[in-house]
Amino acid sequence: MIRGLIGGTVLAAGLATAVPGTGRAQSVPARQSEGTQEAQTASAPAPVVYINGIQPVMDHNIYMHALLDQFEARFGADGGQFRYDGQAWFGTDYDKLWLKSEGTVGTNGKFGDGDHEALYDRAISRYFDVQTGVRLDIDNGPTRAWGAIGVEGLALYFFNVEATAYFSDRGAAGRLQGSYDILLTNRLILQPQVEMNFYSASDRARGVGTGLSDIDTGLRLRYEWHRKFAPYIGVSYSGTFGQAADMARSRNERVHDLNFTFGIRMWF
Amino acid sequence: MSIRSLTGRGAITRRRFVIGTGLWGAALAVPQRSAGAYAPVYTPASGRPDPLPGTRFDLTVGSVPVNITGARMHAVGVNGSTPAPILRWRQGDTVELNVTNRLDEPSSIHWHGIRVPADMDGVPGLSFGGIAPGDTFTYRFPLHQSGTYWYHSHSGFQEQTGLYGALIIDPRDGYAQHFDRDYVMVLSDWTDVDPEDIVSNLKFQSDYYNFRQRTVDTFFRDAHRQGLGATIRDRLQWGAMNMAPTDILDVSGIIYTYLINGQSPAANWTGLFRPGERIRLRFINASAMTLFDVRIPGLTMTVVQADGNDVEPIPVDEFRIGPAETYDVIVEPTADGPYTVFAQAEDRTGYARGTLATRPGLAGPVPPMDPRPLRTMTDMGMGNMDMKGGMAGMEMGSSPGKPGEAPASGGMDMDHMDMKEANRPGAAAMDMPGMAAASRHKTELKPGVAVQSVAMMPINRLAEPGDGLENNGRRVLTYADLRATIPGADPRPPSREITLHLTGNMERFIWGFDGKKFSEAEPIRLTLGERVRFVLINDTMMEHPIHLHGLWSELENGQGECRPYKHTITVKPGERLSYLVTADEPGLWAYHCHLLYHMEVGMFRTVVVS
Repeated sequence: MIRGLIGGTVLAAGLATAVPGTGRAQSVPARQSEGTQEAQTASAPAPVVYINGIQPVMDHNIYMHALLDQFEARFGADGGQFRYDGQAWFGTDYDKLWLKSEGTVGTNGKFGDGDHEALYDRAISRYFDVQTGVRLDIDNGPTRAWGAIGVEGLALYFFNVEATAYFSDRGAAGRLQGSYDILLTNRLILQPQVEMNFYSASDRARGVGTGLSDIDTGLRLRYEWHRKFAPYIGVSYSGTFGQAADMARSRNERVHDLNFTFGIRMWF
Repeated sequence: MSIRSLTGRGAITRRRFVIGTGLWGAALAVPQRSAGAYAPVYTPASGRPDPLPGTRFDLTVGSVPVNITGARMHAVGVNGSTPAPILRWRQGDTVELNVTNRLDEPSSIHWHGIRVPADMDGVPGLSFGGIAPGDTFTYRFPLHQSGTYWYHSHSGFQEQTGLYGALIIDPRDGYAQHFDRDYVMVLSDWTDVDPEDIVSNLKFQSDYYNFRQRTVDTFFRDAHRQGLGATIRDRLQWGAMNMAPTDILDVSGIIYTYLINGQSPAANWTGLFRPGERIRLRFINASAMTLFDVRIPGLTMTVVQADGNDVEPIPVDEFRIGPAETYDVIVEPTADGPYTVFAQAEDRTGYARGTLATRPGLAGPVPPMDPRPLRTMTDMGMGNMDMKGGMAGMEMGSSPGKPGEAPASGGMDMDHMDMKEANRPGAAAMDMPGMAAASRHKTELKPGVAVQSVAMMPINRLAEPGDGLENNGRRVLTYADLRATIPGADPRPPSREITLHLTGNMERFIWGFDGKKFSEAEPIRLTLGERVRFVLINDTMMEHPIHLHGLWSELENGQGECRPYKHTITVKPGERLSYLVTADEPGLWAYHCHLLYHMEVGMFRTVVVS
């Protein structure tokens, strides 16, 4: 028997439950019955101890991905803008650290609509996760901080939705996002998308108003040349409403802004 | 494409050895002799087993350069070759296998389907501590059984990257079926993509490798064929479940090249024969993720063995083979051929192909692939509804109305089965025993993060050939056809039942049993010597080849005492089946889905026999 090397490893690990020389694991009898199987014997044994602590499969791995859903140039009557909207996550099937970030460099060259979130994500149902954490509005305007709680997932009929509520000493806010992939072919995909922001109180310095403050929506046609690299073209519309529209008008900004868009959707 | 010959100095000193040589094979025609060897050397690529069984083997696991797709890659092989050498043993012998690991990561070899003591089974953590880099582990066990089996790594994704090989145990008392010639047919799926990336991509986007989804185009074509209303209802029905009928295999021909004995369709593995001979073809599905549908146009295949155990001969035109299963068939070509061995992936995104010919260099016609299957409401565990009568799911046409009929069962939400819908006329054909079974076992399992759906009416599907094979005009093997040539060894009735649901959430790429992954679940405990019935209910819409290590699984397929003994049982979507197990070997045994990525993400249990 030339099993010495392995036997040695087992011995070195010093596991009480490994039988030296054979590397055979065993389970020790014990008290508690568990109940996944019907008709358990009365004295159900204790948990199995795996040799050298080796798990036969690694089903609790951590995965990490980042998606830049929008990474695009926008061209309209007033000139060009740049916009990005991305998410990244890091974690297991059930628990993840979830980061979101979006922002627009406007025709005036200023970075606006800068919204950055760090969330703890917990899978709660077949298609939905609950997310809690913080949102920071960081851009060329004044900085704001919010607590955030929301859900993200796949509604019926494959609609991707995000609904998040935000709270701070300035009141509450809400954001709804949705998108849907229409497969023209298996690689040519038309995606309508919309994002709406609501606020309970206006914030003149950031140009947001009570109620529905702004909408950013688009219709993008992407080609999944590679799953992780899809150039697209489309049209996007962003608009402000109510008080926010008044504020925009007072600053001589466009209330309704329609743009031709092209960009790249990519993930890693 | 080449798998380089590694005739290490050490090889010659070994009593028995097997080496890889060029896949492109001159090797096919004549057994090669290598300098200093005593015996003819057959490459795994030739498909030809050594004529004589051996008892002692030195196997070195290591990196092997390969070029299968045009890109130079490194596979994991044995003695310089992937597939690994064909091992030939003899029933009654005790074999000794010295396995040396030359990788820079731990490795292991599991003897799939071989009844060994638990510490010889080769599963790291359960049987032993694995084989550390540079180490040698000696396996030694007596062979009580005979038949066609295989061996593969049980460490990480090494099985995907090339560590698999055929294993033949000659029966002590000779073969029940005479044959003149013998080939192993190792089917596998090769990819240049790193398996870690595959699983990570699937976690992010579960349809990452599926470029055969329904589109606007297929919507209009279906609408044209079976009416706008029916098509819309069908789309809404699947959409309401957030599932797609095009989910057939998780990893597709987009990245897989399907191989026979390590050779791509272009390389065209060729087995030589003389007309009039009886040829035994030992099919082994060594793929990581692919169910194959195998046929040899122009030849009837007589199935004589399944999973290493003789069955009453069944002539068929085609059979489906799930990962890890084996079928031995005998063919008797009376003409010269050449005959194409055609093994299409279940999702029809590619095929493995080889040739039986009277001389090298010939190629027979390659048939077109069949239409891809589409999943139906039966696959969703909705029982045997009205769409069964013909059209259980072929795309493209030939069948007016099939996808249109499916919606007639319509609009069921998996969460809350809508009885109003179920009472439609179409539902009248529901299989009542199946329904009873469903209500009996449905109690605790609810949809959740790890459970996308629960089969409402799982049914007996043993007599069905499988999705995509119905009514194709060919005689296709079914599980119900398998009848062992000898009655089972243990006549006792089972003392209890263990019911397990095969569950998953395709959207999150989570797989498990009873809604739990391996790390979240208790082991399954059997008392040494007891006889139990395993009942499996497949709540998912994919096939799962379930493999129990160390103990036989006697499939209850209506053949009475002559139940086929299997080591791997493919459970169809929406199916409920059962098999008997005699727990006659103590130890820790692996029990898992043999779709490699399902296993690795948690579709695995430890079975404790004590």
